[in-house]
Amino acid sequence: MGGLQIPLEHVQVLAALLFSCGFLGLMLRRNIIFMLMSLEVMLNAAALAFVAAGARWGQADGQIIFLLILAVAAAEISVGLGLVLQIQRRFKTLDMDTANRLRG
Amino acid sequence: MNTLSLIPALPLFSAILLMVSAGRLPKQISAILGVGSVGLSALCVAMVAMGFMADGQVREITLWTWIAIEDFTPAIAFYVDGLTIVMMSVITGVGFLIHLYSVEFMASDESFSRYFAYMNLFVAAMLLLVMADNLLLLYMGWEGVGVCSYLLVGFWYRDPDNGQAARKAFVVTRVGDTAMALGLFLLFTELGTLDIQPLMAAANSQWQVGGTLPVLATALLLGGALGKSAQLPLHTWLPDAMAGPTPVSALIHAATMVTAGVYLIARTHELFLLAPATLEAVAWLGLATLLLAAFAALAQNDIKRILAYSTISQIGYMFLALGVGAFSAGIFHLMTHAFFKALLFLAAGAVIHCLHHEHNIFRMGGLRTRLPVVFASFLIGSAALAALPFTSGFYSKDSILLAAWSLPDIGPTLWAGGLLGALLTAIYSFRLVFVVFFGEANTEPDKQAGWKMAVPLIILCVLAAAGGWISQPLDDVFPAQGHDVVHVIEYIGIAVPLIGLLLAYLLFLGKQLSLSSLTESSMGKALQDFWLKGWRIDDLYHNLLVRPFTGFARLCRNEPVDLFYNSIAGALRWSHRSLSSIQTGELRWYATSMVFGLIVLVAIMLRNAS
Amino acid sequence: MMETLFYLAAVIALSATILALTRANAAHALIYLILSLLAVAVLFFLMGAPFAAALEILIYAGAIMVLFVFVIMMLNLGKSGEELERSGLHARNWIIPGIMATLLFVELMYAVEQTSSLTSGTAVSPKEVGLELFGPYVLAVELASMLLLAGLVGAYHLGRRFIVRSGSDD
Repeated sequence: MGGLQIPLEHVQVLAALLFSCGFLGLMLRRNIIFMLMSLEVMLNAAALAFVAAGARWGQADGQIIFLLILAVAAAEISVGLGLVLQIQRRFKTLDMDTANRLRG
Repeated sequence: MNTLSLIPALPLFSAILLMVSAGRLPKQISAILGVGSVGLSALCVAMVAMGFMADGQVREITLWTWIAIEDFTPAIAFYVDGLTIVMMSVITGVGFLIHLYSVEFMASDESFSRYFAYMNLFVAAMLLLVMADNLLLLYMGWEGVGVCSYLLVGFWYRDPDNGQAARKAFVVTRVGDTAMALGLFLLFTELGTLDIQPLMAAANSQWQVGGTLPVLATALLLGGALGKSAQLPLHTWLPDAMAGPTPVSALIHAATMVTAGVYLIARTHELFLLAPATLEAVAWLGLATLLLAAFAALAQNDIKRILAYSTISQIGYMFLALGVGAFSAGIFHLMTHAFFKALLFLAAGAVIHCLHHEHNIFRMGGLRTRLPVVFASFLIGSAALAALPFTSGFYSKDSILLAAWSLPDIGPTLWAGGLLGALLTAIYSFRLVFVVFFGEANTEPDKQAGWKMAVPLIILCVLAAAGGWISQPLDDVFPAQGHDVVHVIEYIGIAVPLIGLLLAYLLFLGKQLSLSSLTESSMGKALQDFWLKGWRIDDLYHNLLVRPFTGFARLCRNEPVDLFYNSIAGALRWSHRSLSSIQTGELRWYATSMVFGLIVLVAIMLRNAS
Repeated sequence: MMETLFYLAAVIALSATILALTRANAAHALIYLILSLLAVAVLFFLMGAPFAAALEILIYAGAIMVLFVFVIMMLNLGKSGEELERSGLHARNWIIPGIMATLLFVELMYAVEQTSSLTSGTAVSPKEVGLELFGPYVLAVELASMLLLAGLVGAYHLGRRFIVRSGSDD
């Protein structure tokens, strides 16, 4: 199946926008679940940039990096959600502004 | 068993026995052991000495190899020649008399057997010192007598002052001993042996007269001798060492141990002859010491301190003799001094013993009739000390002065100094006699000296009076030294002590001359105080050495080096605190700072890319 | 036609993401996020990466999001959480994150401007990806497997304690 020819910049701008959105969400949200979602968005944005770069050169490397990012995201989210459960049990809240017991 | 090896073994055995029994033996048995062992040892010495007189053979005996490290194999070996015979005779002879005397002097002391254990150990160590075939064994004896001196000065250890005096004696002599140890190292590394006779031969063949090495080696040995013999500048311990029991002062701090330095120099005189500079230093140090100590003795009030300073002064004479090369005269004076100074100390001990431990001479007085034996002893001892004609001290001191005079260049100066010392000696010794035994009685004696005290005193009286006629078998040991007898010098030498005696009489007994105008003046008072405190050398050392040292120690207690490391640790701790304050536990804060870092990194990358 | 589809998907992805991250209700947010991921999968497909598109749908929109759903169900978030979230989205909280996000975006834009080209338009088949993956990238695969194993162990450990403790607490 033939690919689409579009300016690489457009995809990259989209990836940057998604990344910034994820970042904003990470900074603004207080709920740990939303923070994890924001992280997913940021990872996804990075993956988009890689796939776009792979498409630019017609190489498989972009997709391979996407695969690796996928693995990272899966591992991260499994541990992160495990932590969410622990946080809920310990602090009876998911608000990360009140759950700051790790203060040095 | 060989007679020779019995000589030090007997007192050592007795000392070990007394120590192991830890005071459980009855006093009689302790006394028999303590005195008997030294007596037997003296008998052995007499046998050896008679044998030596008969054949004049040097006796050598090697018992066993002490240490074997490649070429370094010092043995437990004895070497007995004329010099050793003289020293052994003095040690065991005078030692035996003092032991006998001690039985009565210490009769009421609770640590009776401990006293004899230390005394016997001392005699054993001292014999080891003089009989040693090699310098290492000699050094062992040297340190052994130092330990015994420490133990006996601090014998009445319940008084902290005595402990202080003992420590001072130990530490000050240690200064000299360290120098001596360095000297031994130097000799061994340079000449490859410490056996005295091969060492001398090697030195004679390898070293040049006046070379750097002999001067250095002998200067280091001299350091040890100065410390042990209480010569300037390491003499400060001896007056304080009088804290020990009086017989100890007689044996260790008058007759034997303090003369070890003289013995050392005499024993290694061939080395010293290779270093004329050191030898001259010995003479000047001896002269300075004898004058300084004589002046100090003039101002003392404590009977034992007067005798202590006079001991320092007399050993100064011996050093003077060694320094001018008159080794026989030095050893001769060592022997006569042992007799009359032991006599004086024992007599002083008798006075102290009979007067409830009174030490101040101005609280005594008029004891002439009350303690006749002691008075006679003291009189003879003082006469010998002052070198009045025909006493033993006269012959020895006379030969020293004569040897000094016959030395070219510096000879007359040394002679004049020695003569001044003789005058002072006469004055202070008869000041002591007149103040203590004449005049009005201030304190009544509560007891008389028993036979155990009287017998040693009488024997020592005879020795002190007639010891000058004993001929010493030293001709083979030292190079012959002939000097012309200048009669004028002899006469002056005879006259000076008599002048001193007269002066002392006029000042302290007849009161024809009065020092009151002098002592009343502020200058006189200051001078008297200055001499009383022994030229304030103690204060000088205290300010020059002890206080900087304690100050330094105090400084170190605050650990100045650690201050540096502590400041590093403090800086780290501070930065840790300030850094850990940014660890707020706020996830948002972490995310923000990470993104901030990301922004900065991307900015840097872009900058580099463009 | 294809290009229109592309830009449409891009707009959907962006708007769905913004919506997802501004919802107060976690379940709603999750639905928008899945929508966004699906839109990105369309983008992948259009760019000639069908394997990546499939994985995006299967694993991202499928497995990972299902995990989120499970957790949200287990936690049973109530109305109070929503109130809290709404207050958190107050305007004054936007200042610093807004500035930083803008800065980041400007920087990324600046970086993008350096290159100027079109995508190749050739599709990279799953077979090529597989060959490449188990050829030069085999070490990365091993590392990824180890990472996943660590994630598995960690998740098991955390989750197990949660379950056992909550049971014993009652």
